[in-house]
Amino acid sequence: MSAVQPATSYDCIVIGGGHNGLVCAAYLARAGRSVLVLEAAAQVGGAAVTHEFAPDYRVSACAHILHQMSAQLIDELALEAHGLRFATTQMPTSALSPDGDSILFGPTGLSGSARLSPRDADAYPRFIERLDRFARLLGSILEQEPPRLGTTEWSDRAALLGLGWRVRRLGRRDMRELLRIGAMNVYDLLQEQFESPLLQGALGLDAVLGTNFGPRSPGTVLTLLYRLAAQSGAGPRALSQPLGGMGAVCDALARAAAAAGATIRTDAAVARVLVENDSACGVLLESGERVAGQAVISSADPKTTLLQLLGAEHLDTGFVRKVSHLRTNGLTAKLHLALDSAPKFTGQDAAALGGRLLVAPSLDYIERAFNHSKYGEYSAAPAIEITVPTVRDPALAPAGGHVISAIVQYAPYALHDGWEAGRERMADQVIEVLERYAPGLRSQVRACELLTPLDIERKFRITGGHWHHAELAFDQFFMLRPVPGAAQYRTPLPGLYLCGAGSHPGGGVMGTAGRNAARHVLAKAS
Amino acid sequence: MSATTHDAIVIGAGHNGLVAACYLARAGLKVLVLERNDYVGGAAVSRQLYENFTYSNCSYVCSLLRPEIMRALELPKYGLQIIPYDGGCTMMSDGGHLAIYDNHDALRREIARHSPRDAEAYDRYSRDVMRQCKFIKPLLLREPPDPTSFRPRDIASLLDLGFRLNRLGSERIYDTLRFWTMSAADFLDEYFESEIVKAHFAGSSIIGTALGPRSPGTAYVLLHHYMGEIDDTVGAWGFARGGMGAVSAALAASLQASGGTIRTGAGIDRILVRNGRAVGVVLHDGEEIRASQVLSSMDVKRTFLESVDEKELPGEFVQQVRNFKIRGSSGKLNIALDGLPVFPAIPAGAPCSRGDLHVTDTIEMMERAYDDWKEGTWSRAPYIDMLIPSQIDPTMAPDGKQYMSVFVQYCPYELASGPWDAQKRQAFGDTVIDTIARHSPNFKSLILHAEVRTPWDIEREVGLTEGNIFQGELTMDQLLFNRPIPGYAQYRTPLQGLYLCGSSTHPGGGVMGAPGANAANAVLRDLGRTVPR
Repeated sequence: MSAVQPATSYDCIVIGGGHNGLVCAAYLARAGRSVLVLEAAAQVGGAAVTHEFAPDYRVSACAHILHQMSAQLIDELALEAHGLRFATTQMPTSALSPDGDSILFGPTGLSGSARLSPRDADAYPRFIERLDRFARLLGSILEQEPPRLGTTEWSDRAALLGLGWRVRRLGRRDMRELLRIGAMNVYDLLQEQFESPLLQGALGLDAVLGTNFGPRSPGTVLTLLYRLAAQSGAGPRALSQPLGGMGAVCDALARAAAAAGATIRTDAAVARVLVENDSACGVLLESGERVAGQAVISSADPKTTLLQLLGAEHLDTGFVRKVSHLRTNGLTAKLHLALDSAPKFTGQDAAALGGRLLVAPSLDYIERAFNHSKYGEYSAAPAIEITVPTVRDPALAPAGGHVISAIVQYAPYALHDGWEAGRERMADQVIEVLERYAPGLRSQVRACELLTPLDIERKFRITGGHWHHAELAFDQFFMLRPVPGAAQYRTPLPGLYLCGAGSHPGGGVMGTAGRNAARHVLAKAS
Repeated sequence: MSATTHDAIVIGAGHNGLVAACYLARAGLKVLVLERNDYVGGAAVSRQLYENFTYSNCSYVCSLLRPEIMRALELPKYGLQIIPYDGGCTMMSDGGHLAIYDNHDALRREIARHSPRDAEAYDRYSRDVMRQCKFIKPLLLREPPDPTSFRPRDIASLLDLGFRLNRLGSERIYDTLRFWTMSAADFLDEYFESEIVKAHFAGSSIIGTALGPRSPGTAYVLLHHYMGEIDDTVGAWGFARGGMGAVSAALAASLQASGGTIRTGAGIDRILVRNGRAVGVVLHDGEEIRASQVLSSMDVKRTFLESVDEKELPGEFVQQVRNFKIRGSSGKLNIALDGLPVFPAIPAGAPCSRGDLHVTDTIEMMERAYDDWKEGTWSRAPYIDMLIPSQIDPTMAPDGKQYMSVFVQYCPYELASGPWDAQKRQAFGDTVIDTIARHSPNFKSLILHAEVRTPWDIEREVGLTEGNIFQGELTMDQLLFNRPIPGYAQYRTPLQGLYLCGSSTHPGGGVMGAPGANAANAVLRDLGRTVPR
């Protein structure tokens, strides 16, 4: 028996009370495990929180639209019974052009004031239908534990054959097209399909939001499909705005987990994963407290989990090298503006203002914005996804006030001149760009906050401040995510598991990584 | 009307056309090769454009040419001699340099000068890269399997690929998957820390490619340039004695010895199609030549968009051909020099000066050069791959004089400022010459003649769409079973009797000859003939 016997012991300890940690905990608790969730911050939610960025002005700190959480997960965990409400669902998207025209993407197709050629109007529905077929296939992959390659296990082979079979079932034409475009860049694909730069820009932005890519980077068709795949799994609740901001999702998750018997402790930062007899046996908190657990499941990013909480000394060199080469630097910033009145975007009515507004007038515009980021600069003219959450949820601001929540591509993790000097300049630059689409905006601004990847790293303890914890690219996807040897949610150290966005399938407020990981842990133990 | 009939017509006497023709002739077919220019070779030519200098004015080094093909077609017997060169060098703007040696230990010592850690890493790097080369090598001279097909041949080929992959073992399979999808910059970051070491190796990842070193997929392009072997040394590079035209000349001689015929100055107007079958060609002067098999070594766009009546083809196929990406991204200068230029960065007489010379400092410089291309201008600080082959091969230049080949990345086919003209071509050439001159004080004073070739010029002269050296980008959507068009990656086309044998097909460009050999193979198999060994 070891020297210090901790007071309590759990079947499962989940590190991090972000959405993936909570999802994982909820599923484990529902299966009868005793579960403890340890969250470093004062409230649960991780990066999926609603925070007050100016007195009485609240906003979803990172992701501001719930578009990827599967309907199945929401139903299984009965999140609506646990208090999740939507301010709006199936939000429309408006692609803004500098001259005031726009394209409106609605559930029924394209409309808006920008003229589309008959060719584009004709191509769009067919394009979306085809991508949806591919997205459904990818959707089934997202829910699946990645098989291992080069093993003699029948389960791995069966999984691979199953995958091959699903690809084949697309039929020859679709299969050929998928194999062609799968690794392509979204720039070329959209150039093949459409003529309107505005239409191309809007679709291209969806492919690069939250990634380290420009539209010309190969692999951006995958990121687009990834987004669509998760979106199609979300069903009618796709593209929705949770009432009370993104924090409401995690609050509901926490209630669901607690109702299933999980214990959730906040202000309980984990310092180390404890190892005994070459397996994880619990955690040491920063307070010095030890908690014992049969399994330790971390929703922290893989570098934090493996290199800091566990420590390289418990892993072999080759594996450590792979983990340290994981690309984890974010390239996305978040701008929050507290406004004294409703913003007026040229040509946009109230309905459009309650949806997504995109500033990405062409693919070249996005690519140029991306160019800067390669050299440690922020974009001079960034691509932006804007929401005005207060249109559908006025309680987020004082009476009459409004909030602008904008995802800004691109802001490098390591700004050449440093973010201390750069943060304010960049915020000003983004407002400058927004002003072109919403004249008078600057004079409405009462307070402003810009979260750079560096801020996201510090605030939410995500190495590099990347939305997906690790770049979503082919060489970090599926059986390669986060790294070979840890792609099936278990790490080389027995008893230590990963359940965060760094694991398959990746980030976004989706919860699938947490759900898949819980399934894996349960299957292991049974 | 021509009275003679032929078993097969090969359009284009570039190296792939000639390789295909050679294999067919050796199998006993009556073969006619038609070449638009007055000389054979396509982009593998030696040309005397200035006094007694010989320019390899398109392709300039020889490495990728498959040894199996050299042996089968007896190219050494027909005069081909490859002279390996030792190493190369990258010069930095601060006067420093990184020399490359064939000798592993010498290279390790040189890398250690920049970073001892990188010298260690180089062992790992070269082992991993060679391992990938060895995995891919057997795929080069094979028809890529169609993953959508249920034909036993395709299934067997896919299974074989699966087994071979499986045999690599878990770790290596993952490495392979990553290698095929990563950017060169990320890939090199996993090994090296020194900027110059990374920049040197990244060079191969962008040559001929409309991508920057940070674009995913460029690690594969890097590999593509490593796949050659000379005298069983994988990854070695050499000069063809007498310039690259010597490759074509040897192929032509080999073909003629097997009874094949070559007609130069015989550009085709169109491919004749009757009832969905290619039955011959019509030349520019109206002459009709019939043959039961037609092989086109032109790229896929030139073949189908310019030489076949659109109504003979399925509409979707035509659209797919239009979507095939062939992008002009490289320029070329051929320079006659009055003597050997001095590069102060390189120790005098160092063997590395006889290899490929580059000027760059960082991957970032290359990436910025790519950004210029995206905006429709030539790179203000281009990546340069230059060689002075006359140091090793005295036949290239008169006594005491030197011939320099300068390959330039990036140079667009279409300028944002409007069409290419003499003035812009001159300005592009000056950019390149100034870039070199910054590293060589006496360079400009030695220039006797400089031929400047933009992608636009290369297209006009050689017939390569956009002057692209690979007849199509080497991106995943255009490799293996996707090259050139999904469903038509096995050298056959929607038209019976019409085959593609150029670099638009698997395994792609470079003076490799594999597409030509594989296409000939496909023709012979369709004819029920045995394939000559």
